[in-house]
Amino acid sequence: MTLLTAQNLGVTLAGRMVLTDVSLSLSSGHLVALVGPNGAGKTTLLRALAGLVSSTGAVHIRGDALASLPLRERAKRFAYLPQGHVVHWPLPARDIVALGRFPHGVTDPARMTAKDIDAVSRAMQAADVVEFADRRVTELSGGERSRVALARVLAVEAPVILADEPIASLDPRHQIDVMKSLRTAADSGVLVIVVTHDLGLAARFADHVMVLSAGRLVSQGAPADALSEQVMHDVFRISAYRAEHQNEAVIVPWADV
Amino acid sequence: MSVESLAIATAQAARRRIGVTLAMSVLVVLLALISLGTGAVRMSPLEVAQALFGGGSDVAQVIVREIRLPRMILGLSIGAILGLSGAALQGLLRNPLASPSLFGAPQSAAFGAVAVIALGLADVRSYALPIAAIAAAFGSVFALLTIAGRNAGLLILILAGLAISALAGAATALVMNLSQNPFVVLEIAFWLLGSLEDRSFQHVALALPFIVLGGVILFSQRSAFRALSLGEETAQSLGVDVARLRLVVILGVALGVGGAVAVTGTIGFIGLVAPHLMRPLIGHDPARLLLPSALAGAALLLAADIAVRIIPSTSDIKVGVLTSIIGVPFFLYLIRRERRALGGGVA
Repeated sequence: MTLLTAQNLGVTLAGRMVLTDVSLSLSSGHLVALVGPNGAGKTTLLRALAGLVSSTGAVHIRGDALASLPLRERAKRFAYLPQGHVVHWPLPARDIVALGRFPHGVTDPARMTAKDIDAVSRAMQAADVVEFADRRVTELSGGERSRVALARVLAVEAPVILADEPIASLDPRHQIDVMKSLRTAADSGVLVIVVTHDLGLAARFADHVMVLSAGRLVSQGAPADALSEQVMHDVFRISAYRAEHQNEAVIVPWADV
Repeated sequence: MSVESLAIATAQAARRRIGVTLAMSVLVVLLALISLGTGAVRMSPLEVAQALFGGGSDVAQVIVREIRLPRMILGLSIGAILGLSGAALQGLLRNPLASPSLFGAPQSAAFGAVAVIALGLADVRSYALPIAAIAAAFGSVFALLTIAGRNAGLLILILAGLAISALAGAATALVMNLSQNPFVVLEIAFWLLGSLEDRSFQHVALALPFIVLGGVILFSQRSAFRALSLGEETAQSLGVDVARLRLVVILGVALGVGGAVAVTGTIGFIGLVAPHLMRPLIGHDPARLLLPSALAGAALLLAADIAVRIIPSTSDIKVGVLTSIIGVPFFLYLIRRERRALGGGVA
């Protein structure tokens, strides 16, 4: 069943068309990778889908127009993970994760209902952050901090997760861990949209890839189809080594063209 | 660590915060009693309590209830609103150097009040005074946040605050400069040196409603400050209307600071210092800092106002002068601590 649609989405920032005429239709239970060169408009598309930037066109979530939903209701339907995992104060990790319940009316992490505590503990276990739940996020390593950010997003228990480069600056092991957690969320029925520059991991973990170039959606489909030789050449200006391993597409960026 | 031990750790942290808050409340009550007992006639807290509730001599009752009680109420409430405003601004801007006085809010409020008097628009005891002070404070903080823009770093906020304080100071000096009336010049001098001396219940009636309203407004936004720890965009994605929150906080700060300045003049640096004193005890959660910061602000101003009465000197030291003399070195210390962020130009 279709969960999220966008029709003719356009965004203009500071007089420049950053996103032009993007239409898409996605259903729950999928991990969608959003790829494209720097400045293609990937972050802007995520923000437009979450209603964080004003756009032309229409976004519908479960049949409701995004524009008609109050802020709190949007927050329950879209869990948004921005780049960089900024935390301005040295708060304990568990309080950060508990902020995922904010859209559900949890204003104080010390006063949560059993349902909220459940959601937070499930998210902390899924992102594997229980062991440092009491440490301040500012004292954690980059990898640990990104897992706390992931747990916060999982704790929302939203039907849609929008993750902006969640694996940037992580070591290979942590990249795989984060992608696995997102894959698990997708398998449990969530629509996960991940912005990434790692075409290899996109091909490995996503079941749908969308390619954005200069603000337009130029290709989408199963990883091997969406990232065809032609698309790699035209959009990314590279050639790639392509193969199959354990029934998964393997795409390794190889040379510039 | 298991989920059960997490709950225990959370409960321990909560007990600690409640303990600190209770201890601060006791300290404020003690300082309030000492404040009522301090002056030309010294009284013990016990004598003060007796006089307050209708015991003791008639003279003691008049001194405590009519002379010192309004002064104590103003010291307590103004200290509290300054501490709360500082904590709220720091939460809104995710910035440990934010405070009303560094943003020029009290200076602007003083200009608003002074302008009303100099133009002969109103008597010093009319509500026009706090309203003008509140409007000027609102204008100054709104201008500052508009100029500094979203996600402004330390450096930009401090520079913009410096400019707005300087402008408010210059505007006040201009009024002083142009004024033909020596009474007006005297009044202006009074606003530049904040003081709690000789305040009556009329002053309390003038300021307290605005202070309470501002305090309620700021306190009601506390959970949004915690969400803002993750930055404005993430807070928005969690359901916080950030643009509205900014306006509401500016309004709360303006009501509190404007109301306070209208009856006491500028008292600086309490809003900067109070949250910093509480962070080591309470933690950095901007929502949980609000109430303890208000208590710390009340304790600081009450203590400063007691100090100006017992420090031996030939003429009265104004409490606003004392808070600045203590506050500015503290500000310098904070700059030293934050200098890496400041030097980088990004925070």
